[in-house]
Amino acid sequence: MNATDVFVPWLDADAKPMIEFSGVTKNYGDFTAIDNIDLKIFPREFFALLGPSGCGKTTMMRMLGGFENVTKGTITIDGQDMKGVPANKRAVNMMFQSYALFPHLSVADNLAFGLKRSEMPKSEIKGRVDEMLRLVQLGKFASRKPHQLSGGQRQRVALARALAKAPKLLLLDEPLGALDKKLRQETQFELMDIQEKTGTTFVIVTHDQEEAMTMASRIAVMDHGKLVQVDTPDRIYEAPNSVYVADFIGDVNIIEGRIAKADGEAAELAWAEGHSPIRGMSGAGVSSGQGGAFAIRPEKIVIGTEEPTDVHNRISGEVEDIAYLGNISTYYVRLENGALVKSQTANTRRIARRGITWNDKVWLSWTDTAGIVLAG
Amino acid sequence: MRKFTWFNAVSLTFGFAFLYIPMIILIVYSFNESKLVTVWAGFSTKWYGELLQNEAFLDAAWVTVKVATISSTIATVLGTMAAFVLVRGGRFFGRTLFSGMIYAPLVMPEVITGLSLLLLFISVGLDRGVTTIVLAHATFSMCFVSVVVSSRMVTFDKSLEEAAMDLGCTPWDAFRSVTLPIIAPAVISGWLLAFTLSLDDLVIASFTSGPAATTLPIKIFSAVRLGVSPEINALSTIIIAFVTIGVLTASISTKRAISRQKRDEQMAQQ
Repeated sequence: MNATDVFVPWLDADAKPMIEFSGVTKNYGDFTAIDNIDLKIFPREFFALLGPSGCGKTTMMRMLGGFENVTKGTITIDGQDMKGVPANKRAVNMMFQSYALFPHLSVADNLAFGLKRSEMPKSEIKGRVDEMLRLVQLGKFASRKPHQLSGGQRQRVALARALAKAPKLLLLDEPLGALDKKLRQETQFELMDIQEKTGTTFVIVTHDQEEAMTMASRIAVMDHGKLVQVDTPDRIYEAPNSVYVADFIGDVNIIEGRIAKADGEAAELAWAEGHSPIRGMSGAGVSSGQGGAFAIRPEKIVIGTEEPTDVHNRISGEVEDIAYLGNISTYYVRLENGALVKSQTANTRRIARRGITWNDKVWLSWTDTAGIVLAG
Repeated sequence: MRKFTWFNAVSLTFGFAFLYIPMIILIVYSFNESKLVTVWAGFSTKWYGELLQNEAFLDAAWVTVKVATISSTIATVLGTMAAFVLVRGGRFFGRTLFSGMIYAPLVMPEVITGLSLLLLFISVGLDRGVTTIVLAHATFSMCFVSVVVSSRMVTFDKSLEEAAMDLGCTPWDAFRSVTLPIIAPAVISGWLLAFTLSLDDLVIASFTSGPAATTLPIKIFSAVRLGVSPEINALSTIIIAFVTIGVLTASISTKRAISRQKRDEQMAQQ
């Protein structure tokens, strides 16, 4: 595959960003919600702002929408400085977490609301509304009021209303938060589909890492008003740049210790007396002698009853607990130094054939590139 | 199903008798032939006829309706604006003081409100009449409106307004086309409350009315001091009829709205 096939504008130095945050800071009194952020988001991206509540992700979105002022720094959209441009003058639309459907208007009138306030001639509005109803498959419900719709239908009305004016940029604030799990998964793919069809740039705010992983082209992991890591979902998962990111995204084992060796790609972490150091990939800013941590995903740890001889990283322990989830099982293994390590295995065989049970002595092993050594 | 006991029957009878016997007596005696209020002399509707001939009462009734309509409209506009600032204004200097001061007139004795307004009108040299009653009523009923509207505003989802602006509305357009239609029931009930308060106010009106304009409550009160006439009974009966019709209409329409809501919710489940 070469670069022209794949959508990676963030690697292209010449690509023109759609949105650019430069040195953006937002204070509420003494509290700093956003702390000196630089960020570029490119056209047609599906960009996710991910973080726990209070990390500033919603503030970022509200600044883009024009609902919050920037204390310091500039935000440009399509090269235009957004300072002082009110929400109603921006080619940006937002889908609100509460959906914010107008309860006194029918579905069709909700969709037409923005169009009536645009330059679109009256005669074309009806056609555009019908087009949006088709896009979200709500043609039958045009004359219903919002309270006559189910949660999933309301969500689609909110999406259609935000897309009706064909904005250059669509902001989605926890768009799937109010839906149940099954509906949420279906809707994720629907959203991606619509994003591709309309070619709109999507910026989504979510605290659900699975949602961000599934949909986003890039994810920004935030903490306390700062961007901790901005990267593609696979890089965020496989190569987190900090313990915070590793811990926030998915399940992870963190083994703390001291960095024994760091040369380019690989690094070693001394973690317990009398054990050889763990080998892993080298994270950013790792140097020999400093404190550090080794992060490895549970599914990358192989569990077995016999000592493996062909890999460097191997530790013995005792099975303390087994979580059987049907498709996978997670083994909680207590190491000799007291640490608890999780190993996950797909249950390709039936449960009766499973060889490992409680209190068994087991060996955990993983390859040299399975985990990553991070600066502490 | 709970059993209907003798005890329940008795307490129900006493309770309702306590509430309604005075009114029933009043209504019955409004159809009395005799001029003496306490002596029954046969059925007649002549006092209603005479009431319609009585210019003074009709004038007073007209003034009352006029005052109530104008003052409740003013109170609704001002009260809604005050509610908006209190709920939406965020933190500004003196907010707590301001919100306390909005509600203070609710508990202020009417005599004092009336007296202070009288002093104000005298000091600015405003002749007492319909205008002064309207101003006085708007003043004291606006805090009632603001209580009713602000209790609705508190539960109003602010993102609705933001969504409106996001879709191209100016703040005023957002208020007019989204906020106002949604809080309209609260604004209307605020208006009705102000209207009713103005209709039956005696104390403040008696301070602020002048020889040129008298409201119905003042007229009735002064007429009764000269002795209760069957005409007054007839007038009161008419007022009771109006109030009953109003209350019934309101409760029936509320009931219909609730059952419609239920039907809609069922529809959403399907």
